[in-house]
Amino acid sequence: MSNQQGATRIQGIIVPLLSVVLGLLIGAIVMWSFGYDAIAGYSAMLKGAFGSPFYIGELLREATPLILVALGFAVANTAGFFNIGVAGQTLFGWLASVSVAQMLPELPKIVLLPLCILAGVAAGAVWAGIAGFLRAYFNTSEVIVTIMLNHTALYINNHFVRNVLTDSGDSTARITENASLRVPFLSELTRNSTLHAGLFIALIMVAVVWVLMKKTTYGFEFRSVGLNPDAADYAGMNAKKNIILAMLISGGLAGLGGAMEGLGNFQNMFVQGAMPAVGFDGMAVALLGIGSPIGILFAALLFSTLKIGGTSMPLMSGVPVEIVDIVIASIIFFVGASYIIRLLVNKLSKVNKKEVA
Amino acid sequence: MHSILVRGGISMTEENYVIEMIGVTKAFGNYKANDDIFLNLKKGEIHALLGENGAGKSTLMNILSGLLEPTSGTIKVKGQEVKISSPGIADKLGIGMVHQHFMLVKDFTVTENIILGSEPSRFGVLNKKSAAGVIADLSNKYRLAVNPSAKIEDITVGMQQRVEILKTLYRGADVLIFDEPTAVLTPQEIDELMSIMKELTKEGKSIILITHKLDEIKAVADRCTVIRKGKSIGTVDVKQTYQQELADMMVGRSVLFRTVKKPSQPKQAVLEVEGLTVKESRGLEAVRNLNLTVRAGEIVGIAGIDGNGQSELIQAITGLRKAESGTVKLNGEIITNLAPRKITESGLGHIPEDRQKFGLILPMRLDENIALQTYYQEPYSKNSFLNDKAIENHAIELIKEFDVRTQSEKATAGSLSGGNQQKAIIAREVDRNPSLLIAAQPTRGLDVGAIEFIHKRLIEQRDKDKAILLMSFELDEILNLSDIIAVMFEGEIVAYVKPEETSEQELGLLMAGSSLEKAREELEKNKEEEGSPHE
Amino acid sequence: MDMLAILSIIVSSALIYSAPLIFTGLGGTFSERSGIVNVGLEGTMVMGAFSAIVFNLNYADNLGKMTPWIALLVAGVVGIGFSIIHAVATINLRANHIVSGTVINMLAPALAVFLTKVLYEGKGQTAFIIQNFGKTSFPILKDIPIIGQIFFTNTSAPAYAAIAMALVCYFIIFKTTFGLRLRSVGEHPQAADTLGINVYMMRYAGVLISGFLGGVGGAIVSQSISLNFSGSTIAGQGFIAMAAMIFGKWNPIGVMGAAIFFGFAQSLGVIGSYIPVIQNIPSVYLQIAPYVITIIVLVGFIGKSRGPAANGTTYIKSK
Repeated sequence: MSNQQGATRIQGIIVPLLSVVLGLLIGAIVMWSFGYDAIAGYSAMLKGAFGSPFYIGELLREATPLILVALGFAVANTAGFFNIGVAGQTLFGWLASVSVAQMLPELPKIVLLPLCILAGVAAGAVWAGIAGFLRAYFNTSEVIVTIMLNHTALYINNHFVRNVLTDSGDSTARITENASLRVPFLSELTRNSTLHAGLFIALIMVAVVWVLMKKTTYGFEFRSVGLNPDAADYAGMNAKKNIILAMLISGGLAGLGGAMEGLGNFQNMFVQGAMPAVGFDGMAVALLGIGSPIGILFAALLFSTLKIGGTSMPLMSGVPVEIVDIVIASIIFFVGASYIIRLLVNKLSKVNKKEVA
Repeated sequence: MHSILVRGGISMTEENYVIEMIGVTKAFGNYKANDDIFLNLKKGEIHALLGENGAGKSTLMNILSGLLEPTSGTIKVKGQEVKISSPGIADKLGIGMVHQHFMLVKDFTVTENIILGSEPSRFGVLNKKSAAGVIADLSNKYRLAVNPSAKIEDITVGMQQRVEILKTLYRGADVLIFDEPTAVLTPQEIDELMSIMKELTKEGKSIILITHKLDEIKAVADRCTVIRKGKSIGTVDVKQTYQQELADMMVGRSVLFRTVKKPSQPKQAVLEVEGLTVKESRGLEAVRNLNLTVRAGEIVGIAGIDGNGQSELIQAITGLRKAESGTVKLNGEIITNLAPRKITESGLGHIPEDRQKFGLILPMRLDENIALQTYYQEPYSKNSFLNDKAIENHAIELIKEFDVRTQSEKATAGSLSGGNQQKAIIAREVDRNPSLLIAAQPTRGLDVGAIEFIHKRLIEQRDKDKAILLMSFELDEILNLSDIIAVMFEGEIVAYVKPEETSEQELGLLMAGSSLEKAREELEKNKEEEGSPHE
Repeated sequence: MDMLAILSIIVSSALIYSAPLIFTGLGGTFSERSGIVNVGLEGTMVMGAFSAIVFNLNYADNLGKMTPWIALLVAGVVGIGFSIIHAVATINLRANHIVSGTVINMLAPALAVFLTKVLYEGKGQTAFIIQNFGKTSFPILKDIPIIGQIFFTNTSAPAYAAIAMALVCYFIIFKTTFGLRLRSVGEHPQAADTLGINVYMMRYAGVLISGFLGGVGGAIVSQSISLNFSGSTIAGQGFIAMAAMIFGKWNPIGVMGAAIFFGFAQSLGVIGSYIPVIQNIPSVYLQIAPYVITIIVLVGFIGKSRGPAANGTTYIKSK
């Protein structure tokens, strides 16, 4: 590894780290400007995230779907697509997994649980696949199509819940134990938090996606298509196949994230007023993690720490919970505008180093 | 060396100089693109600025036209020292640039492009009538025919260039800088441009002509300043200087004009194209009923002006574009409209026209790029899992064999120079041992050293009994390398000639659509006229 | 209900929902025409909606009937201020346009709800405004037979302002020097630079105008539809406006048409039960209709929509 690559590796860590620090700083400034005690606010947040096994459990549970949705967004992004539709794909994955659970509650767990999870993956994949197919064969902008599909998914979900899964009810019954991701060991460990086995699925997927993107021909093709579709054509790569495959995987991961919510967290489905937050939060995590699976893992943990910790802020320090989103948005801003950070780092490192490889 | 060769005893006084660049230096960090350059321009002269690619000509002219500021040095316009800090100032000083890569907004009309930034208006509202009037006047005065309401994307390259020229005249330019203006023109259009330039100087304009083409300099320039590696070598009177001298000044050593090669001994047909028809993006036929054969052990060069179907022909052969009718056979097997990958696997190698767009994925590593055509095969991958070591080792081998200069095989393709990028592509394609090698514009934008290397390689492959299909807009290259030249015009092959039996002029006429007999007639007629230097 | 009354309701409902989409879509057009992608329209609308309500609640007593209109201007100015973040990030700090827009979309609702809680004793939503846009009937015009009743009685005033704005924007973009230069910067910034046009300034103009119009759009939503502000006041309208912009091919008149289509579709979900044939269709089909239709039209007719050639790129001036 040459000196030049070593320098880039360091920059790869400094930029996100500095962005986090700067984002927290912005949050502190906002708090102070409105008369809140930032120190009290942040300590409340830390206590609310790490202060007890329960909180830690909630934190890990919160991170689970975020990891998956972010991985989904990142895979599509690598292949050059902006899949705003992860929100709708997550929603459908959630709906599908709960629907199968409600329709076949008697099946033994060893069959039902995987079936429900697969249903979630399939639903998300198909929903994304539509956009992929249209883009591959008709060259329509996946940005518009996925936005449209998001809204469509919302209305279909609500209609399904009200008219198929229930009798004009706003939420379905709870899924049976046979479809649940909850595991007594984990629940006890974290004093009855909502932490569920989906965490392991998420961690496994981090590894799977890493291998896929870095070590397989699929990942190679996705990267090529995303960086230079013309050269990819010339290299014999099948553009249509790659577009559709990337979207299928992307939607499948998002759908899996939705299944986590349906089978592990909420354990039912209900009418929603807007796209589930986890959909867009997942995008934010992907941007924070700069697209790499490991980065996404850390970004998801950071994000969840802020979110879960934030819920304790109003009670313990009087600070409104929206500060968390402001901090997160600021962090992403600095990650995105990292040019200025990289410039600073470059200047500083030139002062120190005299020799070049 | 700043020896100023003035033969003929013309004395120069300062008032004659419209532009003076004195000791101009431009540094980007440690790299000096221009190093203490001296250049002056007399009123009414055509002054050539000669240098290889990367010598610093464009940088110097970007300084003169206000796009860059010099690190040190002085610039004088009409005897007054000036600071040209923006294109706007250059405009006001009467300096206009006709860019090599046209600065035209494709979606706008000719008129909109000409007036942009200096629009005639009433309270901010565009005054289209007034604009049309001014443009018509200029167009007539300088004989630059354009269609004012046509969109740039719909007009010919020749007309686009005239629009670029009108842009400068509209802003009252007295000094026009032409940056490599003939790259995309036929010899006939080049002649037209030369007479336009002479017309402009008759009207009192002064011209700086940036070029690396010696015969153009001989045709129109009065004086020539040579730049090499950022330094000015000298200024000469063109009429008193031989092309060979200019070339040597430009390169710094003796340059061979022709690559030495044995006569070809072609064997069996490798590529057979019959009745091929291909449509281009707008649905018009770009290739019409075309027949072409390339045999093992020969180089077939396709000569033609950009836009006559060459790109589409190659795209159809390589599977990147649909063939509407006809057949393409490779080694006897039909490959028409097969998937690109199947075609390359049948024995085709392709060095693409635009190496950065089609040949390489710049942000990816060099070894990954070298594996771009083979990554899916063993040993580079197995069961869809990449074998990083194999990819790495293969790249190291090829880098050594083809002398690709790079920090490491893990460096990004984008960090290599143009010449080394092209070497990497050639290494990749040649290493796969294809029976047919297609080389499209293989030396575009490269310096003489790289060009020599690549030409040698192509001839080497030909001597190994490969079939080579060469496509180039550089007639020199076509004449140098080809065993047979096929001239393409409006989608058809209109003539087959041997390089030793033809000339640039004849090729020019053929490329512009004339038949072989007519071309030869015309040239016979022009024999009394002084033939352009060609040695 | 008779035909005339039905048509009247359809038109006025459609216009109410279209008005914010038209303004915001026009804003997006200016930004993207200059080459800056602005997915942050949603967030800009949130800030506009919020600031309009706050202004309205505080000054309604003093300004009476003019309040909602003045609030629009206030919202526009707030929108400009907010969009400066996006402008600085994409133009000066070379950020990825989509990342920057997403930041805006996250920041705005968080900030707006935060401020709501600060201003209104920890409550997550504001009180309802009294001086809202309500229904307007245009004097003289409303008396025209048939047309008067359908188009000019009990309808949305902001919508007509929006239509007028669309015509003005069309004129600006295609008939003025400013518009020509703006477009050149979005198509070929380097060419514009060589002609002395300040690419950075032009792009700032594009983004700030989009901030203004986006803020106005949000203010119309909060002052004519929701009549208060909360975290759910703006729920996707910004994205729909973006779709309208692409659908309308970045041409103000086209954007206006597309926005009216989307507004019409959105209104069907609300008033569909009053219309004879339509009331029998299960509401879910009405709700998803506009989105599905958009996809079909995109695929069938518009195909690859080509935006300004240099849209989404970062321009770096070499000196």
